[in-house]
Order: sequence, then C-alpha cells, then structure tokens
Amino acid sequence: MTPPLLDIQRLSVDFATRRGTVRAIDSISLSVAKGETLGIVGESGSGKSVTSYAVMNILDRAGKIAGGKISYGGMSMHKISERDMRDIRGREISMIFQNPRAALNPIRKVGQQIADVLVQHNQATRATARAKAIEMLLAVKIKDAEKRYEAYPFELSGGMCQRVVIAMALACKPQLLIADEPTTGLDVTTQKAVMDLITELTAQFNMSTILITHDLGLAAAYCDRLLVMEKGHVVEQNTSTALFNAPKKAYTKQLLNATPHRDSYVRDLLTPDQRAKALTLPASTEPGAALLSVKSLKKEFGKPGSGNHHIAVRDLSFDIRKGESLGLVGESGCGKSTTSSMIMRLLDTTEGSIEFLGQDIAAIPAKQFARHTLRGKLQMVFQDPTDSLNPRWSAERSIADPLLRLSPDMPNADRQARVLELATLVGLPVELLNRFPHQLSGGQKARVGIARAVAMEPELLILDEPTAALDVSVQAVVLNLLEDLKHRLGMSYLFISHDLNVVRLLCDRIIVMQHGEIVEQGHAHQIMDAPQTDYTRSLLAAIPHPPASDASVAETAALIQDGAS
Amino acid sequence: MSLGVKSKRVLTRLLQAIPTVFGILVVCFILTRALPGDPAAYFAGDMADEASIEQVRENLGLDQPMPMQFVTYVGDLLQGDLGVAISTGQTVTQELAKRLPASLELTLGALLLALTIAVPLGVLAATRPNSWVDHLCRFLVTAGVSLPTFFTGLALLYVFYYLLGWAPPPMGRLDMMFLPPESITGFYTIDSLIAGDWALFKASLAQMALPLITLALFTLAPIARMTRAAMLQTLASDYVRTARAAGLSRRRVLVTYAFRNALLPVITTLGMVFSFVLGANVLVEKVFAWPGIGSFAVEALVVSDYAAVQGFVLSMALLFVALNLLIDVTYTLIDPRVGEDS
Repeated sequence: MTPPLLDIQRLSVDFATRRGTVRAIDSISLSVAKGETLGIVGESGSGKSVTSYAVMNILDRAGKIAGGKISYGGMSMHKISERDMRDIRGREISMIFQNPRAALNPIRKVGQQIADVLVQHNQATRATARAKAIEMLLAVKIKDAEKRYEAYPFELSGGMCQRVVIAMALACKPQLLIADEPTTGLDVTTQKAVMDLITELTAQFNMSTILITHDLGLAAAYCDRLLVMEKGHVVEQNTSTALFNAPKKAYTKQLLNATPHRDSYVRDLLTPDQRAKALTLPASTEPGAALLSVKSLKKEFGKPGSGNHHIAVRDLSFDIRKGESLGLVGESGCGKSTTSSMIMRLLDTTEGSIEFLGQDIAAIPAKQFARHTLRGKLQMVFQDPTDSLNPRWSAERSIADPLLRLSPDMPNADRQARVLELATLVGLPVELLNRFPHQLSGGQKARVGIARAVAMEPELLILDEPTAALDVSVQAVVLNLLEDLKHRLGMSYLFISHDLNVVRLLCDRIIVMQHGEIVEQGHAHQIMDAPQTDYTRSLLAAIPHPPASDASVAETAALIQDGAS
Repeated sequence: MSLGVKSKRVLTRLLQAIPTVFGILVVCFILTRALPGDPAAYFAGDMADEASIEQVRENLGLDQPMPMQFVTYVGDLLQGDLGVAISTGQTVTQELAKRLPASLELTLGALLLALTIAVPLGVLAATRPNSWVDHLCRFLVTAGVSLPTFFTGLALLYVFYYLLGWAPPPMGRLDMMFLPPESITGFYTIDSLIAGDWALFKASLAQMALPLITLALFTLAPIARMTRAAMLQTLASDYVRTARAAGLSRRRVLVTYAFRNALLPVITTLGMVFSFVLGANVLVEKVFAWPGIGSFAVEALVVSDYAAVQGFVLSMALLFVALNLLIDVTYTLIDPRVGEDS
C-alpha cells in the first residue's frame, strides 16, 4: 500500500482563552490517500475547522498544536519553518472557505487576486499572470472571464465569488484541497454547481480533497470516506455508503436521524428519547377559512427607466387558511423575503392587497402598522437567532418586549407570569431567563426568538429560514417545537426557506417562487413527488443525494437521472 | 468599473460641495449681523451724533434690507473684498494672504509629521500585539490625547529652549537675523529651498520645530489609534486568512491585503483630525508667537474686529470643505464600492 498523502497522528490543539487553556481537538488521527475524497462531518464546536487550520498552520495567535504529528508526503509539517510552510500553502495544499464574498479582498480586482497566487508560487511572471488568471477563471466556468478579471467581489454573486476562491485555490494545481463548508449560505442549485465543479476539477488534476461540512447528506454524496467528529474527538469513520446506511455509533445515528430526508416526518428527526416525550400530533386537521389573502401583490424598487429599477415581486396571489402552514420556497433573489416583509408591513407595497383577518392591511403605511391593533396577531421568527436579539437585553426582557409595547397596561406581575409561561411553553429552562444572548446556545436563542414571537398569541407566524443557522440536531428540536406550538396555539405558518426538505416537514402546501412570480404551487407531497415544472425539478435535483444502500441504489440512480434530464 | 464612471462620481462629489459653501456664506453673514452692538455706531466713533451714525450706516450699506446686504456681501467676496481689519488698518484679504501660509505650513507640516509617525506605529503595534511597540503606541496615544497643546508647547519650550537651549526663542517664523525668502509658495522652508539658501532653511526649520512637534503629538494620537484598530480588524478578516492560506508572502498579505483595506477608515479619520488641528493651531500660534491666522483671529476677537473675524471663519470653513472634498475624492478613487448600493 502506498503511504497516504496526508497523515495526522494523535493531533491535539489547545486554545488559550481567558478562562485558561481549552483543548479544541484531542488526539485525533486521520489520513488521506492520493486522489481520495475525505469528508469530515460534525456540528459546531466539533473541531473540524481547527483540524484543517492546524494542517495549514494558520491557527490564530491563541491556538497552538499541543501534540501529535502531521506529515504530508513524508514531510513533518509541524516542524517546518514558516517560510517553507508558505511555499506549501497554495502550491501543495490549498483551502476554500465558507462565506466566499468575505474571503476575497473587497478592494482588489478578483483577477489580480488570482494573479497574486500565481506570481507568488512562480507559476507565472507579472507579464503572463493576467492571461493565466483568465485561464483559471475559464476553468471554473466563469463566463466572460476577460471582463470578470476586472470585477470586484461586491459586483459578483455569492456563487460566482466561490468560483473565484476555487480558482485561487486551484491556480497552482495543488495536491490536496481542503474545502471548509464551501457551500454553506449558498442556494441548493448553486451548492450543486459549486460541488460538481470541485469534484470535476479535483478529479481532472488527480487531487485529494478534504470536505469539511455540517451536512452529512452533502458529505455522503460527494466523498469516498467519511469521518464524524464530536467535541474534538473522532467518533466514527468508514466509507460513505457504509457509514450512511449502517452507522455504528449512537452519535452518528443521531446525526443521520436529525438530517431531514425526502421521506422523513418531523418526529423522525428526534432521538428515541425525545420522541417518547413528544406529544402525539393530531391526525391531519381540515384548515378553516382564509386567514390571509394576498392578491396581485407587486413590489418595485427604484423608478422605472432608471438604472436601479428592479421588480422584486410581480403579481403574487395566494391564501393561507386558519391552521394551515404554507411554505414559500425559492433561491435568493426570488422575492420571498420581500414578500414576507410586505406581509409583515415592514415594507410598503407598490400594488395589490393583503387581507388579514378581513382587513386590507396593505393600505396601512409600514410606519404606522407598529401601532395597529392587528400588529400583535402577526409575528415573525427571524433567520439568525443571534442577530435578531438585542445583545444588551436578557432573555426575559426580549420575551417581554412585545408585551411591553403592545399591552403596556399589563401589570408587572402578570407580565412576569406570562414570560415564565412562555419560557415553559418553548422549553427554555426558567433559570436561563436572566442570561444575555452571548451566554445562550444557538438552540436556546432560537427558543427565545420563538417565545417572543408567540407572546401576543399571533394568528399568523412568519418563519424566515428559522433554522438555517442551527446545527442539524438543534434544527430537529426547533422544527418539532414549531410543529407542537402550531397545534397547541392554533397558529398558521408562512414558512420561508430555500431548503425543500425542511419546508416539507412543516408545511401542508408549498409555493415555489422564481423572479418574483409563482412557478408552481400545490400540496407538499405533490411538489416533492410529482413536480410539474423544470424549475422545481432542478431545485429537487440539487438536493444532495447520499449513496443509498445496495437495495435502493438502482432506484436512486433512476431518480437522479430523472432530476438531471 | 470604467474610468468614466469614476470621474462622474468625483464630479458629483465636487458639485455636492456647492450647497455647503453657500451655507457657510449664509452662516458667516448672519453671524456677524446677529452679534450684539451696532457696527455703524462703532465705526462712527465715540463722539458721533445721530446724524453721523446714520451717515456711516448709509456708507456701510447697513440701511439696505438684509437680502440686499447679502447680495452686496457675496458680490464683494467674489471680488476678493473681505473688508478692512480695524486693528491693523489693512484689508482682511491682505492680512489673510500674509498669514495663511504661515498657518498652513505649520498645520500641514504637523499633519505630515503625525502621519509618517502614526501610520507605521499603528501598523507595527497591530502586527505585534503586546510587544514594546504596542506599549509605545499606547503611551503616545494616551499622552497625545490627554495633554492639552498649550501645555505640551510650554513644556517643550521650558525643556528645549530654557533648560537645554537647543531651540531658538519662540519669536515667530524666523530669527531677527534673517530676511524672509522671496515668496513663491509662502512656506518659508520650501521657499528657502527653492532659493537654495541652506542657512535660511535651517533657521526656519529650527523656528518651526517645537510648534510642529507640539501639534504633531496632538495629531498623531487619533491617527495611530485608528490605524491600529483598523489593522487589527483587517488582519482578523476572512480575506487575510484566504491570502495566508494561499501562501502569499507576509509582505503582500500585510500591505496589499491588510493595510490597503485598513487605510480606508484612516483616511476618513483624517478629515476629522484636520479640524482638531485647525482648532489646536490657534493656541499653539499664541504660545509660539507664530504670525498665523490663528493668532490674528484671537487678536481680532479681543477688539471686536468683526470683518477680520468674519474673514477668518470664512477662510477656515472653506479650507475645511476643501480638505474634506480632497479626502472624499481620494476615498472614491481607492474604494470601488463607493456609490454602489449594498
């Protein structure tokens, strides 16, 4: 057997913090063979990114390798000088990061940034760098490469920026590519395009790849071998098919379970213990009369004819009935967030009506709606649980906020009792109520946001990607909480997301949007199983398809082909 | 982005300065009209009777309605007529033309000196946190912020002139022994260099050294602080991490990726710093008997010489507008994102 390209033996990394030394990864061992694709999967805090920073020797000042060996092609990386390390970075091993737009220098032309790497590693001279950089832009399938060379990152879309980062990483044809959450924050279709591109190029250059991700499905679909990490330890490693279909360790099973599949129900995401405690959901209830009725809604930005004129939403009509959950799905820029802002009356409409509880609220200017009597009946849960809480307010103060604003006459004792009741309702331990956002975990912050939203007993709750920033196991719990609350409080949901698998779990009906218009709508199972339009089919096909067990391989292959055609 | 778009943006910014300048004119005009006292009575003198005051009022155009007076005022301004300074008897325009270069030489010199020290200091402090450079930076920043300029000025004089005798007496721009160089730029240091007179250059630099250091010490504090903070932020950014992961040399990471981005907030701060320096200038000129417009303004204020004060306020405001304009234009040229939504 040939020696592995990268071999890590019992590596430990410590971080110096104000509370003393914290061991981020503890004695992990892994290896990557030439041409192999390894997936490192784990939730936040598992140490998966730290591992890659340690390999590249770009840990920040507080981090230090505390023990173990890293060898690359026979070289001991932990002993190498910084100067030699610089030659290895970018030429032998390179990296792709999360959040591509931030990963590029905002005031330097993207082409020049690629050229910088080429010149640094003697792959080009100043004279030939431009031509070679354009060659790389073409290799990552950027159209109009000649012109894009001159673009600045802010002029490009997220997916386009990630292509540029890939071009930078692959410019010097390295042996090993480390991709750290390369598609987090990108749309599913962009994710598929980026991942396919990485797979194609690494195969073409016969490179090894380490894919670091929190998404087991994605890792399983693109990697030969998977390694699951938890709290700085390796939990399990195996080939993708084996790990995905026959996980051995409890943590892997839990992680697999919590990842929404095509045919899982919302309760399936929970661990058996959690499931035993969950309340039984009533059999499907028949939705009542229309609660919200949107007719010919339109939103234009800028003046017609001017350079920045843009129609975000054009002629949108739909109903949400009492007790119903409606999913609004589409890629970024399709107008789904604009729609939710208009319904929330945060944004004035250009045309159309929004009838809520029998009253046309589109006519009320956004500025005045905050004092309207219907305001309490319409609430929202936001995407980022951290950014949507005031950092200087305790959890209690945040939850009490709508009560203070919308029922100012409520006696203090009643309000405190109500906050306690709400905390219990959303499963937030009461002793955490006086903590501040930075002292709470992501899941706890999400609970605070939900408690705040349901404080006024709203009729309609708008959920704007409420779990996009959460780990899968936390997402599973939050989705179940939302499902429980809906039945307990008799609310209706408008669920906005780009992830069809997640939307499907909570929603009865789904609307697919593109370019500000409805492309397709129907019952959730109908959209998922028998999509009518190409656009919906392409969205479905872009969801990563993990390798199935032998029995269902043929079936899956057929599905993929269907999706691709 | 094409060159055309950029020049259009610069032009737009230049046009935006016009309302500001107009606003300054209005404020200047109203300010002097709103001050207590009757200028006509003042100009007519103590012995004047009603009739002669009326006469003076008519001569000065003060009997006209306000808008007419404003038109006359702007008309005079356009011809470079700012009125006559009572204290010296010369026209305000002449006084300013004579004194402005002295102030500018000091202010710009101090700004330049502060920049050459503060920017490298801030960068070094940010790249080596908690090293001696970082501590030095912190010390200078604290000293510069907490010590008032008149105190620093007096302390420097006490040590370098009175105790050590290294510095010349604080008696203006040039020692009595020398004649000022032929005026080309109005800056003695530059003019003496143009004339090729080394002794004169040295003498004028020696006179300028202490006030320059006083002002620079005060100026460098905010610049060094801003540079350090901006550098720390860019060094922790994702794109610097990308550049490091791509194996770019330390120099390129620091200069092209970190420093150029860090420069943007520093340039913005410069506009603010300049206004501090203009304020501090008045005190420093007083301490060192520097014949600039700062000391001129103080003297004019003491004797209620309104034309002179008005001229001073106007010229300072215009100077400030011009410098901010320059900073904004520089910013537009450096940062491609200016003027874009999102």
